[in-house]
Amino acid sequence: MLSLTSQAFIDRLIRENFKFFTGVPCSLLSGLISHLEEVEEAKYIPSVREDAAVGLCAGAYLSGSLPVLLMQNSGLGYCLNAFTSLNLIYRIPVLVIMSWRGQGGKDAPEHIIMGDIDQKLLETAGMDYAILKPDNCDQVLATAMRKINEEKLPYTLVVEKGLFDERH
Amino acid sequence: MKGTEAFQELIPLLGNEPVVHANGYICRESFSLKDREANFYMIGSMGLASSIGLGVALCKPEQKVIVLDGDGNVLMAMGTLAMIAAEAPKNLVHVVIDNEVYESTGKQRSISNAVPLEQVAKSAGYRQALRVDKREDIKPAFEKLMNSDGPSFLLIKVDPCFDPKTGRVTHTPEEITARFMNSIRH
Repeated sequence: MLSLTSQAFIDRLIRENFKFFTGVPCSLLSGLISHLEEVEEAKYIPSVREDAAVGLCAGAYLSGSLPVLLMQNSGLGYCLNAFTSLNLIYRIPVLVIMSWRGQGGKDAPEHIIMGDIDQKLLETAGMDYAILKPDNCDQVLATAMRKINEEKLPYTLVVEKGLFDERH
Repeated sequence: MKGTEAFQELIPLLGNEPVVHANGYICRESFSLKDREANFYMIGSMGLASSIGLGVALCKPEQKVIVLDGDGNVLMAMGTLAMIAAEAPKNLVHVVIDNEVYESTGKQRSISNAVPLEQVAKSAGYRQALRVDKREDIKPAFEKLMNSDGPSFLLIKVDPCFDPKTGRVTHTPEEITARFMNSIRH
């Protein structure tokens, strides 16, 4: 599979004016987080739980910043109440970058169920998402920006294993 | 001191600071006493007032930011105390009204009778953490924290006294977002 460089993707997000990043790590996102820790234009704040990261992003948005939340799909369960009782009803957008562990049932046991249902959970909650690919990056980001800027709703980019360079 | 008295003492001390309110009776008492544009009333998402407040404080470093929290919310999100301590925003004042119960759902006990939350905050790394249990001590403690560097924690121990007839926040969530964002821009 063709991969995206973490550096190019983060720089692209910064050009879209995302400067506030937080999350809980996943190996699939390790290159993104490493690069975030190196760039001066953006701030990466380690969160201890994914729902706390949702709160942090909400506070950043309310103060005029555009936030990004990075997490493994295992964090989606923790976030669902925050998404449904905060972001969706208050119209507080956030760009979520969610790694897809358990894809195709091939992963450690703890990832298999969530790997099967994560996107169904998003659909059930009425939250739009797209699977990010090297060749759909521009199109997906344009959709995400419309969702965030016009509808003021969260948008999730699903990241498959191998999409980004990993550093660990 | 009754919980309502703590609000009666605290709310007149506010200027134009953004105040992020925890859900439950915190929102309702404050809203009923004095509605402000700079009040963010969190009606759901229990536990997240502190992380929302941290986000505001980090993005508006020149402005004092207040989180008006409850013991149930703090206990649910103790990890956020660590995040606040680690980021150490000087402009964050975290006020906790501690009535040792989940009052708006019928006074089921929380466990804050056994867990001194101000000591938890101090141990996590807040710059200052104070505990008051008398109404007359609220003003000097709050003013001290507002006039010094944070992150600061003020625990106000109160007796439950919430009147279930106290009104709910009447603004829609979307209105709360728009008002708060408007107030923070100016």
